Amino acid sequence: MSIAAASLANVIGDRSPRHTATIYLKEAKYEFLKNLRLRVYMLSVISFPLMFYVLFGLVLNAKEAIGGTSVPTYLIATYGTFGVMGASLFGTASGLAADRGLGWLQVKRASPMPPFAYFTAKVILSMIFSATVVALLLVLGISFGGVRLPAFEMTKLVATLVAGSLPFSAMGLAIGYFAGPNSAPAVINLFYLPLSFCSGLWVPYMFLPKLVRQIALLLPPYHLSQLALGIVGAGRHEPATTHWEVLLGFTLICLGVARIGFQRDQGKLYG
Amino acid sequence: MEYLTASLEETQALQGPPRTAVASLEQVTKNYGEVRALRNLTFNVGPGQVVALLGPNGAGKTTAVKLLLGLIQPNSGKARVFGADPTDPQNRMRTGAMLQVGRVPETLRVREHIDLFSSYYSRPLALKEVLKTAGLEKLADRKFGDLSGGQRQRTLFALAICGDPDLLFLDEPTVGLDVEARRSLWDGIRQLVDRGKSVLLTTHHLQEADALADRIAVINEGSIIAEGTPAEIKAQTSGKRIRCMTSLNLTVLRQIPGVNNVKRDREAFEIHAREAEPVVRVLLDLDPTLSALEITTAGLEEAFLALMQDNGETANREN
Repeated sequence: MSIAAASLANVIGDRSPRHTATIYLKEAKYEFLKNLRLRVYMLSVISFPLMFYVLFGLVLNAKEAIGGTSVPTYLIATYGTFGVMGASLFGTASGLAADRGLGWLQVKRASPMPPFAYFTAKVILSMIFSATVVALLLVLGISFGGVRLPAFEMTKLVATLVAGSLPFSAMGLAIGYFAGPNSAPAVINLFYLPLSFCSGLWVPYMFLPKLVRQIALLLPPYHLSQLALGIVGAGRHEPATTHWEVLLGFTLICLGVARIGFQRDQGKLYG
Repeated sequence: MEYLTASLEETQALQGPPRTAVASLEQVTKNYGEVRALRNLTFNVGPGQVVALLGPNGAGKTTAVKLLLGLIQPNSGKARVFGADPTDPQNRMRTGAMLQVGRVPETLRVREHIDLFSSYYSRPLALKEVLKTAGLEKLADRKFGDLSGGQRQRTLFALAICGDPDLLFLDEPTVGLDVEARRSLWDGIRQLVDRGKSVLLTTHHLQEADALADRIAVINEGSIIAEGTPAEIKAQTSGKRIRCMTSLNLTVLRQIPGVNNVKRDREAFEIHAREAEPVVRVLLDLDPTLSALEITTAGLEEAFLALMQDNGETANREN
């Protein structure tokens, strides 16, 4: 049964829309609580981008500029992208891989839970953590880095990066459907770290070697970071629509891969 | 005119499983790559019945349950729950499942887990009642990660019953539990049965099947090798256990006619046979120095092993 048909059946067939909405809310609520109480997870996902930002943007290079934009401002966009990508990948992939491989997802699938509720909860979680990372970066940048952004630009930045968490949540679902419970973090990093570097999220784009700069044009994190940089005034004057198109296309591809994983998932168990 | 004389069995065979069966597998085959997990299996659960699917590890019990839960699809044959496909969401509203899991979110509290699962159903039981039946009243606020093994199983049981399902699937519900935890889970199951629920229980514990089930289906290597009430299953092989100290070796003992199985038990041998007297006669003939002879009625363990052995012998003879 396709995902859409199954979830639709649940809405129309035997549950009121209100009941279904309650399920989605509860699923998201408990997904959030579950992760909030995992202090180690929370700290690593949120604090890594913050630590890098503090080190490279506030402690070192604080007074420098990159092509007219102050370093602390520039790095909010790039580390914001880095943080959003990490929160989304780890928020979806590792949980999904573990739930699948160790049988918990099967228990949920055997219950009347609408499958969509499970995925939606993970996506919402990623968005919440993404928003948190970006907000904290802004707080640090404004408090210690002399970052000055009009309120409208700040809102746009947060909104753009949070929307940008969706492609990477989709990517996380795709990875989660094909990785094993123990290897998932390693597989995630296998994608996450090279992609981040080659997209100019650590070493700013213009300082990357020529070949890498060309590769970057194909990479989704590059496009998201360019959107963010454009908002803070450090963009390369490329049309925003191109970036959104790439991200949308990437999201659809990842969802397609995840769907294949969903359909072939016949409860292969590990251990 | 022939059809007027068709026997009841033939008619039933044509109709398929009894229409009132709440869950059924009809001629189901399931392969995992090269491995044939279920071979042309037919089996059903009637309303208000407790059926135990009894078999050793790897027999196909969990596969059968997963097919009935719609988690996997058969290669051939049909799985039906309440007369419909197991993946039908309406069915899932009326079933609850307790599966063997390697990981449950540990940072959520017991009552939070139950709250979430209860929300999936249209008429769930009240939290208090669920906690009571599962024996978790004092643990409602405990985080799952802080529970002992027995308490975790009881929580999984609570998740299976919280929706007040008509049909309950329990896959090895007491595996790894000590005697007390096992008994308390049995009590919880009995409470549900008293309210008219149907239960499909899988186990490799003969005692458990005997204690809880109205019907036992014995499964081995993907096929049902025996089916009936616990008394019938026990009666199919009423064996004897012969214990003695002898200088004879294992090979010789195994070849004595009538012997089903021989085990070494420290300094003695344990021989299982249908009838004790013929075997004992041969033993005493072969070894006049035999000592410490004890003959007792075999328990379910032996009945089970004998059934499997019979099945193997029949298979060999057919090949």
